Amino acid sequence: MIENLNFIYPEIFISLSIMFLLLLGVFKKNSSGLIYNLSIIFLIFTLALIFNYPPKSNLYLFNNTYVIDYFSIFMKILTLCSGIFVLVVSSKYLKIFKIFQIEYSILILCSILGMMVMISSYDLIVFYVGLELQSLSLYVLASFNRDQTKSSEAGLKYFVLSALSSGLLLYGCSLIYGFTGSTNFITISENIYSNQVGLTFGIVFILVGLAFKISAVPFHMWAPDVYEGSPTSVTLFFAVVPKVAALAIFIRFLYVPFVNMIDQWQIIIIFLSIASMIFGAVAAIGQKNLKRLVAYSSIGHMGFVLAGLSTGVNEGIQSSIIYISIYLVMNLGLFSCLFMMKRNDTYYESIEDLSGLSKNHPLISLSLLIILFSLAGIPPMAGFFAKFYIFKAVIKESMYFLAITGLLSTVISAFYYLRIIKIIYFDPEKEKYDTDYNIGLKISLSLSTLLILLYFVFPSMLVEIVSRINII
Amino acid sequence: MIDIGLGHYLTLGAIIFTIGIVGIFLNRKNIIVILMSIELILLAVNINLVSFSIFLNNLIGQVFTLFILTVAAAEAAIGLAIIIVYYRNSGTVAVEEINKLKG
Repeated sequence: MIENLNFIYPEIFISLSIMFLLLLGVFKKNSSGLIYNLSIIFLIFTLALIFNYPPKSNLYLFNNTYVIDYFSIFMKILTLCSGIFVLVVSSKYLKIFKIFQIEYSILILCSILGMMVMISSYDLIVFYVGLELQSLSLYVLASFNRDQTKSSEAGLKYFVLSALSSGLLLYGCSLIYGFTGSTNFITISENIYSNQVGLTFGIVFILVGLAFKISAVPFHMWAPDVYEGSPTSVTLFFAVVPKVAALAIFIRFLYVPFVNMIDQWQIIIIFLSIASMIFGAVAAIGQKNLKRLVAYSSIGHMGFVLAGLSTGVNEGIQSSIIYISIYLVMNLGLFSCLFMMKRNDTYYESIEDLSGLSKNHPLISLSLLIILFSLAGIPPMAGFFAKFYIFKAVIKESMYFLAITGLLSTVISAFYYLRIIKIIYFDPEKEKYDTDYNIGLKISLSLSTLLILLYFVFPSMLVEIVSRINII
Repeated sequence: MIDIGLGHYLTLGAIIFTIGIVGIFLNRKNIIVILMSIELILLAVNINLVSFSIFLNNLIGQVFTLFILTVAAAEAAIGLAIIIVYYRNSGTVAVEEINKLKG
């Protein structure tokens, strides 16, 4: 039992550092800057710890309630890397909005800890605890700018809808427990039979709850409001990090406990995927606020990810994982550009504010151009390859309808991405934005742009790493 | 005397769960009612879990219930805190007036 602890050192370390940082924040005055930097360092340490203990085979710890395998390690690395970059990018924004407080980075650490537990969970109880640790911290983060009505309203809406989705998920969990007699994923998959109505209900409830978490249509209504209302740094966090964790647990649920019920859930996932792709493309057209636009575009991207999941084969899962990795790089770049649109301590977030950006800021405009082309899926950017892998997997399973819908929605969504590019390059210019970017912002923007631009040189690298993930 | 079996408990759980869901969507007056509805949903789940646990002769369900109770308390605390923050900013907790964000 005690030797199992070696393999959860990352989680132990991150929870101890949360307590340490809390104590430090209480006893040392004006320590928010220190704590912010320390939490970035602790996250990097956690990353190193994960690399330090690679298991030789799949490990099932603590009476099979916790799993350490290649998949969970990969998803944890993704979560931690994006968490680090979110913190690196957003310090200046927080200072200007006067929400640079000790709690901010500690809450981010808490939610990352919850996500790591969630990614590794192999039991309904462990999964629930991880999920709630994540969402309780996210409620507070969404309403972190508490003097602003918008931010507190975003927190309120996120709280109500997320608590509702947790309730649905739990009801599903209780039905699954009742009809299979266990909360362990493996035991559930052994005891699951498709002829029980209760089990079908349980699966549907769990899928609805998970679809809420990754904001798939028709459970997306919270996303635009919450994305718009929360502070931009938190919106960035919402747009990348919880999506990775939710995708990981989605894959785990579909392909471990429910793998024998594929006939029952496949049609639900296909429906969610098609609805999200179409809605994400159509609803984003009329948007004026960039954060809202990102919300709708993320709904569309989640549709593609779900399309990969619905195939029921390893190749589809791998293509979804590649898609989410590229998606988070693109979003990181896009938000870095958003953080650069600052004039006299005010951040601008409407599409009109981008007008004529290319005259004054050619470099930012160029990287925005690359990122938006990639989001639209235009070759040779990384976004094209992400979509390509999904389509390849989907067509191989002869789900042509899904592929056609995906292509159509890509074409529709290209309209609003290209419209932003037109506004940047051909509309009359506006006043210059401030150019006092801090080093983290520069690094993350150039890094993400280069990754997107140069992905086609070594596309096999990511594919190679991901192809070692075998769930089924 | 009728025998009270698993089906009765599950029906009770389902009814309470439905009341909770309907309470969230039909409520137009006060945000506190939504908080109560969320609490009802979690309690319905607890009823389900405990009755399953008894009829399966398996303790895990009751352990799960304890976890849910704890998390529900934390969730209610955070929910109330967010409601108070919102009330300070806008001076109201009426559901109809929570509409600053839309489009």
